[in-house]
Amino acid sequence: MTETYDLRTGTESEADGLDAHLVVDRGAFRLDVALTVAPGEVVALLGPNGAGKTTALRALAGLVPLADGHLRLDGAELDRTPPESRPVGVVFQDYLLFPHLSALDNVAFGPRCHGATKAEARTQAAAWLDRMGLSAHGSAKPRKLSGGQAQRVALARALATNPRLLLLDEPLAALDARTRLEIRAQLRRHLADFEAVAVLVTHDPLDAMVLADRLVVVEHGQVVQEGTPAHTARHPRTDYIAQLVGLNLYRGDADGHTVRLDEGPAITTTEDLTGPVFVAFPPSSVTLFRQRPTGASARNLWRCEVAGLETHGDQIRADLTGELPLAADLTTAAAAELGLHPGAEVWATVKAIQTHAYAA
Amino acid sequence: MIPNDKADAATETLRGGTRRRRVRSGGGRGVPLPLLLPALLGLAFLIVPLIALLVRTPWHNLPEQLTSAEVWQALKLSLFCATLATAVSMVIGVPLAWLLARVEFPGRGLIRALVTLPLVLPPVVGGVALLMAFGRNGIIGQWLDSWFGITLPFTTTGVVIAEAFVAMPFLVISVEGTLRAADPRYEEAAMTLGASKFTAFRRVTLPLIAPGIAAGAVLAWARALGEFGATITFAGNFPGRTQTMPLAVYLALQSDPEAAIALSLVLLAVSIAVLAGLRDRWMTAG
Repeated sequence: MTETYDLRTGTESEADGLDAHLVVDRGAFRLDVALTVAPGEVVALLGPNGAGKTTALRALAGLVPLADGHLRLDGAELDRTPPESRPVGVVFQDYLLFPHLSALDNVAFGPRCHGATKAEARTQAAAWLDRMGLSAHGSAKPRKLSGGQAQRVALARALATNPRLLLLDEPLAALDARTRLEIRAQLRRHLADFEAVAVLVTHDPLDAMVLADRLVVVEHGQVVQEGTPAHTARHPRTDYIAQLVGLNLYRGDADGHTVRLDEGPAITTTEDLTGPVFVAFPPSSVTLFRQRPTGASARNLWRCEVAGLETHGDQIRADLTGELPLAADLTTAAAAELGLHPGAEVWATVKAIQTHAYAA
Repeated sequence: MIPNDKADAATETLRGGTRRRRVRSGGGRGVPLPLLLPALLGLAFLIVPLIALLVRTPWHNLPEQLTSAEVWQALKLSLFCATLATAVSMVIGVPLAWLLARVEFPGRGLIRALVTLPLVLPPVVGGVALLMAFGRNGIIGQWLDSWFGITLPFTTTGVVIAEAFVAMPFLVISVEGTLRAADPRYEEAAMTLGASKFTAFRRVTLPLIAPGIAAGAVLAWARALGEFGATITFAGNFPGRTQTMPLAVYLALQSDPEAAIALSLVLLAVSIAVLAGLRDRWMTAG
């Protein structure tokens, strides 16, 4: 009796929101991701293509079975529940609006399946479209909608069943740059209003940082890093994240202000650490010289070779190999002055104060 | 002189034609003669018999031929049976196509081969097989007869069964192809919205594949309308009961060739209409 009581209160008080450990086997690929999300929280699964993000989302929706692990939502076990019985709403990557139904009937589809009469379902759907600012487009077929409108219809359709878990698969990937900006801001507002759990999948760091309260970085089916967008951007732990946020990232062993890299030279930092650490610095903090600079201290000075050059906005990004592989940003004028070309030998320096070291 | 000029003009026209074609095919080097000649022969082989049918049609008394009681009877029976056979094919063929397209099960390839077998099976063999199954002494027919008093062979129902047997594979193949081309993720989307698999099929998949079903139904209907071998073997040739148009054509050819030609003309017209309908509705618009 006591045990049952404890168990029940324990489940009810602690388990609001999502508590999942998703294990999915796909031949050689294995997804093994633990995910805990509180109600009202928006979590972004961020990772490169093929990392298993979409598989994780499909597992949450019940579209792929779990090989192992568990899936609890608001205390209820869902891992054996078929997708149609899960309180889950999904915004699919290309929306998958039913092409033969109007926008209104697309949104009304969910309420209809949940037992509402046709009239009730349509009233609810109209209210949702109104909230999305789409009341004028209710009778339009999906192919007549713009990308941004289709995205909002898809969101309305997913929300119309009042899900306790909202899943968004690359919700902005199908939009052009301008629409994306606008829809991103709208989606952010709708997600802020959403009181249950929201999980979105994206490979776009900006989408993730703008939309999510917390990032879960997935690579090769594993969680490699987790944290707030700001913390993640400042403390990348993998090359993938470092590249996304535009940082040079190295791993090494710290002894005081010196970090001896696992592969390559040492980097002098301002932090005083010991043991395994990451060192990161932005490409814009790198200064390049064609000749070994005289008078400059020998610390954080490396002899490199230009492997490639590309324009990056109004900057030139130089990819360097040599003593320390790194990316350096410089102005077009500076690049011309230095006469940079692939194969050119350069000296690169970084001030200690512009590096950032943190425990690995 | 004059014949020569004509020949030149003809050659010129031919060349002009070739040149135009060349431009359209994007700078190809014309059609090689060893391909062009057999191609034209093949075209003539397919077209000439149809032209011959038109040439020999007794246009002067065509109205009387077509309004005779026997023709009308055969036509009505044909349309009725072909339509019913198509309806039967749709009711059981669409779910079968769904099964083949969407459900993984052992021996699926073999089942698909069996489904398509009537496409290549000589229809007479189909008729014999149907007799062995549903005939009075057939493995199912004997029970139908002794338990329910139902006899299928040599009845109008028998015609429908024979036609459905031969025509259904067309529908199944067409619908299965459309299903395979349709994105199964729409069904998943429907399921995440609370639809059961069957609801998802009914409310999402079925409307999406409707063009494929319609195209398959038209093909099946046309095949059923022209069905001869299985029908005459399984259902016989009784005017008003089992004598469909093709059977009437065959019979008339021996006694009254003009009537046979007139009937053939009707079937040809129906075929052309089917083809035109398929083109306009589903091949260009789809």
